[in-house]
Amino acid sequence: MDIEVDRDKCCGVGNCVEVAPSFFTLSDEDGHVVLLQAHASLDDAAAVREAAAQCPTDAIDVVE
Amino acid sequence: VTTFGRIAVVGASLAGVRAAETLRASGHQGRLTLISAEPEMPYDRPPLSKQLLTGEWDTERVWLRKPDHYSALDCHLLLGRRAVSLDPVRRTLRLDDDIDVEFDGLIVATGAEPRRLPATPSLPGIRYLRTLPDALALRSSVEHDGRVVVIGAGFIGLEAAARSQRRGAQVAVVESATRPLERVLGPRASALVAQLHADNGVDLRCSTAVSHIEGDSDVTGVRLTDGTLLATKTVLVGIGAAPSTAWLADSGLHVADGVMCDAYCAAAPGIYAAGDVARWYSTSLGAHVRHEHWTNAVEQARRAAQNMLLDPGEQVPYDPVPYVWSDQYDIRIQVLGHWLPDDDVRVLEEDTRARRLVELRGRLGRVTGALTINAPREFLRLKRLVNAATEWSSAAERTPA
Repeated sequence: MDIEVDRDKCCGVGNCVEVAPSFFTLSDEDGHVVLLQAHASLDDAAAVREAAAQCPTDAIDVVE
Repeated sequence: VTTFGRIAVVGASLAGVRAAETLRASGHQGRLTLISAEPEMPYDRPPLSKQLLTGEWDTERVWLRKPDHYSALDCHLLLGRRAVSLDPVRRTLRLDDDIDVEFDGLIVATGAEPRRLPATPSLPGIRYLRTLPDALALRSSVEHDGRVVVIGAGFIGLEAAARSQRRGAQVAVVESATRPLERVLGPRASALVAQLHADNGVDLRCSTAVSHIEGDSDVTGVRLTDGTLLATKTVLVGIGAAPSTAWLADSGLHVADGVMCDAYCAAAPGIYAAGDVARWYSTSLGAHVRHEHWTNAVEQARRAAQNMLLDPGEQVPYDPVPYVWSDQYDIRIQVLGHWLPDDDVRVLEEDTRARRLVELRGRLGRVTGALTINAPREFLRLKRLVNAATEWSSAAERTPA
């Protein structure tokens, strides 16, 4: 699974960091999301999908 | 699951669009109609006071979804059609072209509209910032005049001030309170915001009110109660918003600064409300509340739409932890939780030169909220304390000032 983020959309609420901390964090510079890994294995796919679903701004795109 | 033949959503706002999407995702297979008084494709409002105002983003970039999204949802989009009345018993909406729309389920998401400057004639230079045309008109008049006076130092006024200043305009902001956003953010954050705008060259005038707008056929200036005249052709009024409920006046629905809803966002059987227009019963606060926040529109729309399709025993109360953010110049303000005036406040970090602030809020011995400026990682840490309703004393121990 491939992951893409649209940093312009990010509102910094950090739901993704709570759900999938090994994939997402917030930048110290501007508070917008930073993608830590652009690919997820099957084991992590559910957490990444949940992070995308919980993002209020739809800033996370998941390509299966 | 309750099945509805026809569901109408009034207001193609953020809440309206998200409600429509949730209805489909939750299994609604009948007719779905999304009605918007605005003629534009449904759009997102935060960029109107930011990227759209500077011209960094064009109109299509603020659309919530691409046009083909609505056909893929099998959602019938009625644009430029205003709902003018509701009969909740006959389950009929009347639109401004006298067409009646019958429904089995209804979601009210008509949002809010800017409060108007009282006792002021409507002059072309007096502008508000709520809609896409508002933002485009403000952009072109600030560009043309090179100067703007903002009345009201709320989030929208301050964001517009920051972006206009960045584009080279001369900007003054008039606020009757002693500091910008003081009621919303508290004394430390509002002092920091005041300094931020002053340092960036905005002429911020607090503790003073507007006496009147000068000019006959158009604006020539803003006269303050202390006698000062701020010469300008463009005025942005940002003094808050009121829920758009006039169309419900004869509906029999209970309206009191918003559509009154229960804890499940229901205003009447089969009729729900979400977003800026909804005043719902918060079980954690034990009171009705209304929020004009972006994330509230998203979360409440989802909850209201899901509850509509659930049997009464399965419905879930809507009781979010509110989240607000604001970007001004290069700082990001983040606020979490319901804020009450007598909350306990603990300042964990305050660095006015770095424009950094970290505050924890609590009530009844528990952590209930957080405010950070330029401290996104700290925000994440405090959010965990808020979500876990951590004991105030242990949170204070673990996070020394």
